Amino acid sequence: MTELLSKYLPFKYSRIRNKRKRALIMSSVAVVLLLLLVTSGFFIGTEGLAVNFDAANKAPSLAHPFGTDWLGRDMFVRTVKGLTLSFWVGLLAAFISALIALLLSLLLLISKTLDSLVTGFIDLFLGLPHIVALILISFMLGGGLKGVIIAVALTHWPRLARLLRAEIMQIKSTDYIRVSRNMGKSWIWIARHHILPHLIPQLFIGFLLMFPHAILHEASITFLGFGLSSEQPAIGIILSEAMGYLSSGMWWLAVFPGLMLLLMVAIFDNLGRNLREVFDPFKGQKG
Amino acid sequence: MVKFILKKIGKLAGLLIAISLLSFILISNSPVDPVQSYIGAEIARVSPEQRGNIQEYWGLNESKPKQYLLWAKSVVQGNLGESLIYRKPVSEIIMDRFSASIALMGLAWLFSGIIGFVLGVLAGMNEGSFLDRLIKSYSFILASTPAFWLGLLLLMFFAAHLGWFPVGLASPAGSLVGEVSYADKIKHLVLPVLTLSIVGVASIALHTREKLIDVLNSEYIRFARAKGESGSKLLWRHGLRNISLPAISLHFASFGELFGGAVLTEQVFSYPGLGQAVVKAGLGGDVPLLLGVTLFSVVFIFFGNFMADLLYVIIDPRMKIKPSHD
Repeated sequence: MTELLSKYLPFKYSRIRNKRKRALIMSSVAVVLLLLLVTSGFFIGTEGLAVNFDAANKAPSLAHPFGTDWLGRDMFVRTVKGLTLSFWVGLLAAFISALIALLLSLLLLISKTLDSLVTGFIDLFLGLPHIVALILISFMLGGGLKGVIIAVALTHWPRLARLLRAEIMQIKSTDYIRVSRNMGKSWIWIARHHILPHLIPQLFIGFLLMFPHAILHEASITFLGFGLSSEQPAIGIILSEAMGYLSSGMWWLAVFPGLMLLLMVAIFDNLGRNLREVFDPFKGQKG
Repeated sequence: MVKFILKKIGKLAGLLIAISLLSFILISNSPVDPVQSYIGAEIARVSPEQRGNIQEYWGLNESKPKQYLLWAKSVVQGNLGESLIYRKPVSEIIMDRFSASIALMGLAWLFSGIIGFVLGVLAGMNEGSFLDRLIKSYSFILASTPAFWLGLLLLMFFAAHLGWFPVGLASPAGSLVGEVSYADKIKHLVLPVLTLSIVGVASIALHTREKLIDVLNSEYIRFARAKGESGSKLLWRHGLRNISLPAISLHFASFGELFGGAVLTEQVFSYPGLGQAVVKAGLGGDVPLLLGVTLFSVVFIFFGNFMADLLYVIIDPRMKIKPSHD
């Protein structure tokens, strides 16, 4: 029995197991943590967000784990709500960016001119500091939550697109594509049956690794003041408000929300890297 | 060599035209009214006729392509327009702000490069050891740290709590330009530079580590070991020479992230640099300044990438045959 347990319970002897298994365990832990973070945002009521001067400026305690701000709002509720918002913005942005990257890189199959246009676009976006691009787009949309989401969604595709393009380029020159072409299949058919299946791991990992970037950029740009209004619980807003209370000794206003953001970003980053190890046979079997 | 540089300059010109076009389209479609942000709070006292006059004077009644051409023409002549917030020529502001930013960015760039490289070498030499894992996880955590949060923490601890450093700005508040001493300036620089350096360490350390591990597993290292070389001599002769060039050029190519980090850091420390100017321009609807800084930042990043490529061409003999590597 114990032998069986030790064989199938992956927690034991994890050092001698290969990286793939370790990566799988780490990923499941990460997924559970993320689900916990996101779903708790749904179940926590909004009463903690109400202004309550009796409970203003309280240090962290059991009733208020992250303390309260100068309006008596519970920082824990604000932080969790902010993280939930960050999560959805990140999800949407990463999804749209991955889609754009895929579609643009598939243009490579259609014609050379379109492809050089796409490369030009990639260079264009990479030649601009990311934060300036975000500011420009959200300026065009006049700020607001919509501006932030669209700006974050429209600026994360270039790196992934470049990666996918290289991949497609490689696949395109293989024999079976040529055979398929000679048999009279259209590029759309080939893209669906021969190329997309190859791209899925890259696309999925790229999508996951875009998440942390998107979340960080969302927080940065709200921190700079583009976008959300101050009643909305977003990590960037919380931190930029905390800037005004630096010298008052209310350290919990900035420390905990930022730490939670860091935690969420780190989990996503970890998940992405671990899954890459699972999907990439060359990396996974090493060690 | 000359051909290489000419080619790069041509590319820069193309990039600038494309970016200026793109940002012009973005900005001219913004709901922010330039006349309103020019006049500011006194908009109620301006009659519709006066508004019309201003619009006429600025050429806002022209078609969009014509507006772009007018703007592009004066940019080529060296006139970036006048900032609406600061009421000074944009080129003057950019130069002024950039000289403050370059101290911050340059120092942070240097420190993060050196520290990152050393950490990467230490980790790569001892692959799998405790030190390696420590440096690796440190870098991974740093990679997910928001720069502005780190700045806030440092500010809170060192400036507000301990009182070692001033809370913000680049010189003591209320002092005249001539009175600011270098000691004051340095004191104001320490925390922003520290923030920006800490954030910048991660990518260079991880890259150096990977490269060094690759190199140490190579055939020529095995051969050198077989000849009896070992320790620091081996590392110096065969390791560092092979990894330093890619590391330096990667570091040059990271000017974009550096600029982004500087924007956030300057905002936290209210440091009067270029990054703060672009945020103010974006928030205050200052179109000329926003466009000017955008173009300038593109040139800045391009310069970084250019240096990265140039290093390869100059130093690495293998690249002489095929100068561009895309």
